[in-house]
Amino acid sequence: MQFNDLINGFPVLTVTGLTQGAIYALVALGYTLVYGVLRLINFAHSDVFMIGTFGAIWTWSAFGFDANSPRPSLGEALGLIALAIVVAALLCGFFAMLVEVTAYRPLRARNAPPLAFLITAIGASFVLSEGMGAFTNRRQFGVPAMLPTDPVVNLGGWSLTPLQISTLVVAVVAMVALDWFVRRTRFGRGIRAVAQDSNTAALMGVNKNRVILLVFLIGGLMAGVAAVMSDMKAASTRFNVGFLIGLKAFAAAVLGGIGNLRGAALGGILLGLVENYGSAVFGTNFRDFIGFLVLILLLMFRPTGLLGESLGRARA
Amino acid sequence: MDAERASALRQIFVRAIGGVALAALVMGGAAACKQDEGGSGSNDAGAKVCDLKIGFFGALSGADAGLVTPGKQAADMAIKQYNAEHGDCKVSLQEYDSQGKPELSGGLATSAVNDAKVVAMVGPAFSGESETANPTFQQAGLPVISQSATRPSLSEQGWAIFHRGVGNDFSQGPAAATYIKGLNPAKVFVVDDQSAYGAGLADEVKKALGPLVTASDKATDNQQDFSAIVTKVTSSGATALFYGGYTEEASPFLKQLRQANWKGTFVGGDGIYDANMLSVTGNADVEGAVATCPCAPATEAKGTFVADFQKEYNAPPGVYADVAYDVTKIFLEAIGEGKSTRADIQAFLTSYGKPGAATGVTYKWTDKGELDPAQVRVWAYVAKNGQWAPDKEIPKA
Repeated sequence: MQFNDLINGFPVLTVTGLTQGAIYALVALGYTLVYGVLRLINFAHSDVFMIGTFGAIWTWSAFGFDANSPRPSLGEALGLIALAIVVAALLCGFFAMLVEVTAYRPLRARNAPPLAFLITAIGASFVLSEGMGAFTNRRQFGVPAMLPTDPVVNLGGWSLTPLQISTLVVAVVAMVALDWFVRRTRFGRGIRAVAQDSNTAALMGVNKNRVILLVFLIGGLMAGVAAVMSDMKAASTRFNVGFLIGLKAFAAAVLGGIGNLRGAALGGILLGLVENYGSAVFGTNFRDFIGFLVLILLLMFRPTGLLGESLGRARA
Repeated sequence: MDAERASALRQIFVRAIGGVALAALVMGGAAACKQDEGGSGSNDAGAKVCDLKIGFFGALSGADAGLVTPGKQAADMAIKQYNAEHGDCKVSLQEYDSQGKPELSGGLATSAVNDAKVVAMVGPAFSGESETANPTFQQAGLPVISQSATRPSLSEQGWAIFHRGVGNDFSQGPAAATYIKGLNPAKVFVVDDQSAYGAGLADEVKKALGPLVTASDKATDNQQDFSAIVTKVTSSGATALFYGGYTEEASPFLKQLRQANWKGTFVGGDGIYDANMLSVTGNADVEGAVATCPCAPATEAKGTFVADFQKEYNAPPGVYADVAYDVTKIFLEAIGEGKSTRADIQAFLTSYGKPGAATGVTYKWTDKGELDPAQVRVWAYVAKNGQWAPDKEIPKA
């Protein structure tokens, strides 16, 4: 055990943990939204995220940027990142809806047992990741350098690089916007109504299938935003990147209370921090062990997660 | 009531399906066993046997394919040259694409030994997949020569069929340490990926560097986020880092180190000595990274190999291409002399002792399948302007 590493590196570990946690949180929102409405774990969500990581790389390469390109100017970089976010979010939103329409809606129409949904969820996950694997020849792709690496904020041991700042800002903006959307808009009211009681909601004139499609779209958009941020942080992607990050994000959603939007955000950030601190003390080979151990311990005492399950109960 | 009946029905259904699946499994297993017996049978002696196959086992797709594809190209070339001279009795190359994954190797190995035409195997290219596949080859008596699996313990498993066309990590590890010492670092950080190859190599480097190594950590397969390790490296004050592992993790790790403004020298083994390490990391960040390899530069290979390869593929030969070429030629030489069974080729290898056309290394194996230590040479390569440039042959400590 190396507590020195934790103490010396505490500020840096906190910042990088928050950044990774923000990415987990954005992906976790997709799991939690779908679970809140359908009581279904959408395993294909991790691979929707993976498609987003490629969407960003394709966008950049369309403008002639690959791993070997020189770093663009700050203004140019911000423009390219914004564009990549739009493309990746739309791509992810499209694939998330495609999964719903092909893998889940036909089963709902036939009143399939829950096990069948689980199987199609896993099936859709494999189709997406293996399809991308075959399509890209299972190669690994480097991400072009975008933002400068020198820290812009430097206070004591605490420093923030442009990438860390933009990841945190983008994540917070996306989460606040989503929270507002679900709590304050007519569509959001529809989502909450279906989450509370889908049959009664339908009797009240809510189009259930449209609400469900909307939920998948929003989850996909969030995953797309996370994918761009993850690309820039991890600096490479390949067809199977979704698996681990999806597992972590799902754990984050459970940690915060699955079905609860704020819980997913909290769970993601907590998991990012715990993993980082744990890796510093016990070694990075214990990273996932610690992350999931914390999950189990927490669920022992709070089976519904930190904030409980409450997408339906959230009131405007 | 209705629900109960439905659930009872479902139970019966599941049981029925389960029963069918079980029966299919048992029958499939029996069929596989039968095939196995047929596969290891030998052909009639004396009669000339044609259309034999030499297997090529390794990551031909996936993130680590850059380490293996040049060898496959070279083996293809050796076969083509052989067939041009032996038009009446050709040999073909059968590829087994493991993607570098041990979990896929067992099945591939089984299908290789079940094909009675496959009498020899080039590979498996990596150490992890060798550990899964070689027991199957040993059982079937299928001789293998690996062009690049360097984990030392592979020769300690009692596999008579195992041969190594290069030096192992016992030679590469100390050489990498000698190179790092030459950089005069104040402190060295060592990271490995916990794979059979990476951990073994990193241990050898640690042993040889001794107290220079101030800290170490372990990465995991498929890891994308290296925040914690990067923090440790930057705060440790290390000016050199040794990474035992493959490009798949080394590339994002190096890039994240550079993002955190770590300026030290990144040294890896032959696991990062491939073109993907350069293209995925990007020229700016990979510049100055060092890879050691128990292989002389393929571009400086002897004879007509480099010119032939250039002509065939319109590119200079990549990592391990020369070794793969030579070991394929050894198998072809055996087949050319009329050795047409696995056992005959195995016996042929045991008494072999000639220099390879491309590497110039004399292929003479110990009874454990290790190359004669005097033949092993380790080189250092430095990433310069998007190319791996041969730096120097590392002197033996």
